[in-house]
Amino acid sequence: MEKELKVAALRNGTVIDHIPADKLYQVVFMLHLDTCDNQITIGNNLESAKIGKKGIIKIAGKVFAEDETNKIALIAPNAKINIIKDYQVIEKRPLSLPDEIHEIAQCNNPNCITNHQNISTFFNVIKDETGTMLKCHYCERLIKLEEVKIK
Amino acid sequence: MSNRSLVSISDYNKEEILEILDAAADFEANPNRSTLKGKVIATLFFEPSTRTRLSFETAVLRLGGSVIGFSDAATSSSVKGETLNDTIRMVSCYADAIVMRHPFEGAARYAAEISPVPIINAGDGANQHPSQTLLDLYSILKTQGTLENLKICVAGDLKYGRTVHSLIMAMSYFHPTFRFIAPEELKLNEEYRIFCLMNNIPFEETTELNDNINDADILYMTRVQRERFQDLMEYERVKNVYTLKNSMLENTKPNLRILHPLPRVSEIAPDVDKNEKAYYFQQAQNGLYIRQAIISKVLSV
Ligand SMILES: [Zn+2]
Repeated sequence: MEKELKVAALRNGTVIDHIPADKLYQVVFMLHLDTCDNQITIGNNLESAKIGKKGIIKIAGKVFAEDETNKIALIAPNAKINIIKDYQVIEKRPLSLPDEIHEIAQCNNPNCITNHQNISTFFNVIKDETGTMLKCHYCERLIKLEEVKIK
Repeated sequence: MSNRSLVSISDYNKEEILEILDAAADFEANPNRSTLKGKVIATLFFEPSTRTRLSFETAVLRLGGSVIGFSDAATSSSVKGETLNDTIRMVSCYADAIVMRHPFEGAARYAAEISPVPIINAGDGANQHPSQTLLDLYSILKTQGTLENLKICVAGDLKYGRTVHSLIMAMSYFHPTFRFIAPEELKLNEEYRIFCLMNNIPFEETTELNDNINDADILYMTRVQRERFQDLMEYERVKNVYTLKNSMLENTKPNLRILHPLPRVSEIAPDVDKNEKAYYFQQAQNGLYIRQAIISKVLSV
């Protein structure tokens, strides 16, 4: 019963769960939920056995495209995405970083042209044995995933 | 059109690099031509670099082309405060190709995306300077007769030195063995160490110049700049350790040649200049032929 109160049931839409509490609002802005007209329920600082305090976002009547949800991997790689239809989970969507990241991230290099002129950013995602990095398409700087700045 | 731009050395594969080096040898044999007759090349130097600009402009003039542009955006009222986008679009109405140098990294890649005419990157901040890399390769080829299986010692600032990073990438096609010689604070960055490992390029790292150059075919020296150091005492120590003196060349191989992208500060003592192993002034001269080859390639003439 208590669980019901915390996370009201969703009939159709998308649930993004297990977002670290301090990343919740970054996810909100990244998916442009601040300007979205759909019914949205946001819970934060909920107890989670797995990650301490977590956030959850439910967006009614909207199924995000995969390249949209994949952006979440940039800031909350362990978030869980469930697509709901008629109160049932019809898709558990695994998160994987897209090959290219446009606009949402900012280049860490202060001397990068994208930090000085109105140019939208563009990173290639590089995966090798040493881990995952972003490479700025313009200044060619490599950025570790944990050091990526979200706009 | 803009895919003919040269922004980064990695824009060229091995065949294209060899094609440029071949063409440069032709230009060296016969540098004065009229293949660019009627063409206008813009040289846009958003930060000054007289050496590079004169080399590119001479390359154009010796091929019969004309040059427009500016040598320092700070004094050029026409571009003060104008966005890079607007400057490139404006200039591309007049010129058949644009040579540009810019203080910010990535500026040339961006310009290549918006420009209807080819862009040649003459340096974007600390990032890329492909004509320098190609002239380094040309100098190595000319002095050694081959690019294959050479022992290359690279000394100085391996952390910030972009010429070093591009050299490593470009030489990776030719089975080199590297020895990286740098003080602790200017060691080769992780990124390029991983690049060598992934491409099976053998390398060693050391902190002393001394005897470590005796088995080298090429000694590539770079500038050690004071502003890279927190501690000035440390800078003074490093500066002394990394000064190449003529006496240090006594036991080196006869085919050794010393390269340096110039200008030098104090890393090569003047008494080295008269040694036949000193090649840095001829290296700079080679830049002219390489730039003639690059301009001809991007314009398909
Ligand atoms: Zn960048």
